[in-house]
Amino acid sequence: MAWQWFHQWGSPRWFYQRSGAWLPWLAVLAALFLAVGSVWGLALAPADFKQGNSYRIIYLHVPASFLALAGYYLMAIAGAIGLIWKMKLAFTAMRCAATVGAALTFVALFTGAVWGKPTWGTYWVWDARITSMLVLLFLYLGVIALYQAFDRQELASKAAALLALVGTVNVPIIYKSVDWWYTLHQPASLKITGDSTLHSSMLQPLLVMIVGFYLFYAVALLLSMRAEVLAREANSSWVRALVTAPQSRERG
Amino acid sequence: MPDLPPFSVQEFPALHSPLLALNDVSCERGNRRLFCQLSVQLMAGQALQINGGNGAGKTSLLRIAAGLLAPAAGAVCYLGEPLADNSYNHRSQLLFLGHQAAVKGSLTALENLRYPVDGRHRFSTEAIFQALAAVGLAGFEDLPCRTFSAGQRRRVALALLILSDARLWLLDEPFTAIDRTGVELIERLMAAHLQRGGAIMLTSHQPVALPGLLALELSGGDSHG
Amino acid sequence: MANGTVNTLRRELLLASRRRGELANPLLFFVMMAALVPLGISPQSTVLAELAPGMIWVMALLATLLSLEPLFAEDYRDGSLDQLLLAADGMAFAVLGKMLAHWLVTGLPLTLVAPLLATLLALPAAGWLPLLASLLVGTLALSFIGAMGAALTVSLQRSGVLLTLIVMPLYVPVIIFGSATVQRAIEGFSWLAPLALLATLAVAAIALCPLVVVGALRLTASE
Repeated sequence: MAWQWFHQWGSPRWFYQRSGAWLPWLAVLAALFLAVGSVWGLALAPADFKQGNSYRIIYLHVPASFLALAGYYLMAIAGAIGLIWKMKLAFTAMRCAATVGAALTFVALFTGAVWGKPTWGTYWVWDARITSMLVLLFLYLGVIALYQAFDRQELASKAAALLALVGTVNVPIIYKSVDWWYTLHQPASLKITGDSTLHSSMLQPLLVMIVGFYLFYAVALLLSMRAEVLAREANSSWVRALVTAPQSRERG
Repeated sequence: MPDLPPFSVQEFPALHSPLLALNDVSCERGNRRLFCQLSVQLMAGQALQINGGNGAGKTSLLRIAAGLLAPAAGAVCYLGEPLADNSYNHRSQLLFLGHQAAVKGSLTALENLRYPVDGRHRFSTEAIFQALAAVGLAGFEDLPCRTFSAGQRRRVALALLILSDARLWLLDEPFTAIDRTGVELIERLMAAHLQRGGAIMLTSHQPVALPGLLALELSGGDSHG
Repeated sequence: MANGTVNTLRRELLLASRRRGELANPLLFFVMMAALVPLGISPQSTVLAELAPGMIWVMALLATLLSLEPLFAEDYRDGSLDQLLLAADGMAFAVLGKMLAHWLVTGLPLTLVAPLLATLLALPAAGWLPLLASLLVGTLALSFIGAMGAALTVSLQRSGVLLTLIVMPLYVPVIIFGSATVQRAIEGFSWLAPLALLATLAVAAIALCPLVVVGALRLTASE
């Protein structure tokens, strides 16, 4: 039973049809959560007594950072599944998760820099969290660069998966070591968020935004996976049928 | 023609099951299927030549038999057991000579054989000298291999045929860059190896003079229809 | 089991002894970079002393990166890699030998010339011993972690820059603990904690990296 389910997941065609059915629902949910969270967080939540309105960027920054890290593990797990069970669809997921994850990591870094300007008076400080995020971006870019360096897709996927797995072992070590490094150099600048707890009126919209970002991540991942499945299977009969009869897309 | 030096193993123990068996093996490169559901058995004392045009998958088949390449489907068995369970026996009884000679130019012929890459054997200097003399490299033992011709480099690798105690030889184009006397030498070595109960799988573009040689034709492309 | 390691180590050292010129290159790079620092920043010894621990560590890292590309590439080209994969007692032991040899001909010499750099960059006396100790242990981690990158990119034509890109983020903890060992010693604190962490990294790298390298090389062989 479970095995059959697993095999279905390995079939690009099955995936394409199923994801096509889920996608509209996921997209609507993601839009709903993001809209509610944005309005609530940006307009309705109270201003911070110390930082004023500039703190509101956490409604983008925090969810993006969460997903950047979670996305790295998702990518590596997908790669491991591909390596162990030789499942091509898992490699597709890994490949797409790398791009989406790198983009989110960049968003997290960018919003962090924008936040830094009013808070620290400069766009970039070597804060522990930002530094870790930067290294995470480098790890993502390494996986993408390695994948693109190979001509043969299968070999590229396997090599990238191996590198992603090495990265998962390293990510906690990197985070811990950067934390340790930061306490060693303890700059005189003020610390934000770290210890201060968010008031619940600020926290609630943040949670909504985090859920919204997770949904958005799923939508983005599925969309790019669908595109890649089509490109990979361009020669198969079911893709040809799709192209010639676009109205039967969801039924395949 | 000089006499061959003796092999380190004179006679392999008798066997009743096939030494090597490929069961329903398929191979794909990229999106191209080279061969499909191919079954081959190699008994002790047998030699098999794989024929086929360029790109038909001869080297791939040999690499699958060596365990270097995993088949897309099917299994490789050594002494009746799948390779995954028996890889130590398989590797320790295997001599694989690939396209490249695996001979280091900065080492001398003697050093190349004294420290084989696989770190498995330690051959005595005397045995190495004998083997090098047999493959026609007497007097070249202490010269760096970068000064050798392509044929001479291959001869260094071929000296392993004499030195090694491996039972299964997998030879990918062993005659490349080898002159006529060299070809005769390899044929004699192969015949002697079969005599002592060894087995050989080889690819070659030229006919091989070996009594009882079996042949396998790879048509290339999709053999299954 | 360890036979494979010892034999490979012996073979690699013999090979290394035949191309000493090539081996000297990372060392020359290490020393030349040190000469650029005062030219680019300031010859004042107070400034140099402050930068020295981090600078020396960054340069050791770069020198190691430069030496990684040929680690498996030559074996890949001449067919030795296939033989390595067929090593009867497991390829991991043979690979371990190769990686140890790499450290012996790059990491260890880098450590040995470090006093020269310490002089050039006016490293305070309290930092000398910690510098040597941290480089000795840390370059082991650099060699082993870097070998994973070398193995992953071995079949690529121009792997140099890519290899650097994928390995550098993995070097972050090594450089943090390495330079911290020296810095803390100069500031008068105990430097054993970062050194111990560095040693932990090195031991973990020695234990785990050969397995990843074997996996990566197997991928290449199935090409």
